[in-house]
Amino acid sequence: MEANTEQAVAHAHDVHHDHEHHEGNFITTYVFSQDHKMIARQFLITGLLWALIGGGLSIVFRLQLGFPEMDMSFLEPFFGKWIVDGKMDPEFYLAAVTMHGTIMVFFLLTAGLSGTFSNLLIPLQIGARDMASPFLNMLSYWAFFLSSVFMFISLFLETGPASGGWVIYPPLSALPQAMSGSGLGMTLWLIAMALFIASVLLGGINYISTVINMRTRGMSFGRMPLTIWAFFITAIIALLSFPVLFAAALLLIFDRSFGTSFFLSDIYIGGEALQHVGGSPLLFQHLFWFLGHPEVYIIILPALGLASEVIATNSRKPIFGYKAMIGSMLAIALLSFIVWAHHMFVTGMNPFLGSVFMLLTLIIAIPSAVKAFNYITTLWKGNIVFTPGMLFAIGLVSLFISGGVTGIILGNSALDIQLHDTYYVVAHFHLVMGASAFFGMMAGVYHWFPKLFGRMLDERLGYIHFWMTFIGVYLVFFPMHYLGISGFPRRYYSFTNFDAFQGYVELNEFISLAAIMAFIGQLIFGFNFFYSMFRGRLAPKNPWRSNTIEWTTERFPGHGNWKGEIPAVYRWPYDYSKPGAAEDFIPQTTPLSETPESNLPEEQEQVDREKGAPADGEAINL
Amino acid sequence: MTGQEQLLMQNYQAPRRPLSMNPRKFILWLFIVSISMLFAALTSAYMVRKSEGNWLNVEMPTLFWISSAIILISSLTMHLAVRSAGKDDFSKLKTWISLTLVLGLGFLITQYMGWSELVTSNVYFVGNPAGSFVYVFSGLHGLHIVSGIVFLAIIFYLVLAQKVHSKNMNSVQMCATFWHFLDGLWLYLFTFLLLNH
Repeated sequence: MEANTEQAVAHAHDVHHDHEHHEGNFITTYVFSQDHKMIARQFLITGLLWALIGGGLSIVFRLQLGFPEMDMSFLEPFFGKWIVDGKMDPEFYLAAVTMHGTIMVFFLLTAGLSGTFSNLLIPLQIGARDMASPFLNMLSYWAFFLSSVFMFISLFLETGPASGGWVIYPPLSALPQAMSGSGLGMTLWLIAMALFIASVLLGGINYISTVINMRTRGMSFGRMPLTIWAFFITAIIALLSFPVLFAAALLLIFDRSFGTSFFLSDIYIGGEALQHVGGSPLLFQHLFWFLGHPEVYIIILPALGLASEVIATNSRKPIFGYKAMIGSMLAIALLSFIVWAHHMFVTGMNPFLGSVFMLLTLIIAIPSAVKAFNYITTLWKGNIVFTPGMLFAIGLVSLFISGGVTGIILGNSALDIQLHDTYYVVAHFHLVMGASAFFGMMAGVYHWFPKLFGRMLDERLGYIHFWMTFIGVYLVFFPMHYLGISGFPRRYYSFTNFDAFQGYVELNEFISLAAIMAFIGQLIFGFNFFYSMFRGRLAPKNPWRSNTIEWTTERFPGHGNWKGEIPAVYRWPYDYSKPGAAEDFIPQTTPLSETPESNLPEEQEQVDREKGAPADGEAINL
Repeated sequence: MTGQEQLLMQNYQAPRRPLSMNPRKFILWLFIVSISMLFAALTSAYMVRKSEGNWLNVEMPTLFWISSAIILISSLTMHLAVRSAGKDDFSKLKTWISLTLVLGLGFLITQYMGWSELVTSNVYFVGNPAGSFVYVFSGLHGLHIVSGIVFLAIIFYLVLAQKVHSKNMNSVQMCATFWHFLDGLWLYLFTFLLLNH
């Protein structure tokens, strides 16, 4: 098996000089590819296209909130009948909010972030030719693609896409009579999500199996980059939580299409009782948030992993607290499963239960703070190189802290009575997991663009992108805390109808303008991304002088990643600025016995083992 | 590189390959984990809903006892199939695999008849969730059994094509793992329903 692959790779090497894609035609290389790198690119580009739609929708509803009197006829070419006499249709406002949430949470920050970087980096950083099952990996992308198609079609329905919020609580989502979006739009939403869950599970199963079984020689768990640890733990969380969403969606489908009563009970429409008896809408919330809460860690952990790698590399320092980082990620993963009811404090749940969930929720602050401090202490006194990727990683740390602090306030079941369903919640989760995860993803895109496309992104445009996004995000979400504390509610189409909120017109205008600025920044990135993909400066082999082994591959690695043998690994990935070393980085592939000048006393044992050992073949079979 | 350095290089101990198992088998186990989570979610939902009251006491159909016996026996035949594969006893292997397959189909038919029994005692899919849950549990499990039967059919084909023998046990072992899991899953669901109806 191994020999075959190596032959194939050697073969690839021979033909490579002709610059021909000998391995397959256009279809197998670019469309139904089983190469993890191509699948990563597919996930990234699909995710970014979704980001454009999701971000565009947010600008549309921000226009409505910031400028309620505005004449929106110019949007008619895009939205047709949803703009009535220059005004946005209220149901379309709800649809836009719902689709913004769904797209950003699932399609961009789950598939686009985790799908891209787990696929790209797991085989490259652990030293594997591909995933454990390249075929299932390909299926994972195509299930996502099909899911995207269904979701995309739902945007063009006359009755509109799902509109009951991304949390799709029944009875709103279960009864077509409730709102126009709960008809065919909701059906397509459920089909799309069922496919999406299949995609996540196929991907996640592959990630876990690959990390555990296919590491190269020497790549023990203690030598794995923190990116891989993050993807690994994320995949485990996804494996345990997404089936639960599937269960919830399945029961909802039965309620909608077969007339069962899992979530519905005693509902009267126009004075007539519906036949549904004995269901519990709260049951849905429990099932949904059992996925929903781990989902936010599925989003943020990969971003934190990417940031660890980018920050350590560009601070030219070992990551501070490598084991503490792993420990806190494991703690976050564990806690993520036992805090879901903090989304439900005001549903009338038992107050004692509320205080248990509050306690567990507040405990999450500890591992999160450990991570935040570790990033800061890694930066401390480092020789920081401010690449665009590094700026985004530092931006993540800033946003993660600002958003995390308000989590401690929201996690209090008593304070939540006031803050629930206000803009305080919107501000909190957008900072701590929306924007931070997006910043982590951008850090990843800037840092690994050379490995994704063999070229560099333009740095100057990168800096402009960063500052517009960073300032924009804070200008958008910081004022929202103030709105929330004063009781300004979420999900209102027209707040100006209420006397209490008349005073917030200017503030909302300001937020909308900031959002538009941040969005324009993303268009600059979009240009940079697609332009550099074809015309960017060709990347050097190891542009960031990084230690991890993906930089030992060619500029355009073929399927199989390494020509000849996969490199072995002799040290952890964070030997930056090791005292005594000639360079400020020592790649993982450099044996300790080659660097006597920088070895630490406790490393002598391994040096002896490297020197006095039997020949290669025997050692491998130990 | 000088000759001495080359000599030194040759003597380096290649780092050890990390502990690992067959990735395909591992993938199967992870699938089993995700299926378990699906049913764990559903049975938890059952408990949460039941604790809210307004519950119907659903008597389990007697046929479910028979189907449980059938699937238990099928696990035994599956086990025997793996053993004969290990001994390269192909005629026995074929017998045990096809017997398992037939028992699987028999299980499905008995489950379906169990549903009819539920209907005659006025427990319908649509109605009080207590009844709906029984249909969802057994139906979703049945769907997994169908996939298990397809797996068995593939193994049977592989046996005919002489691709299963004592040196190549992976596929039949994976099939057995999955089948035993489905057996255990049904016993769990049935016991759960007996204790909590």
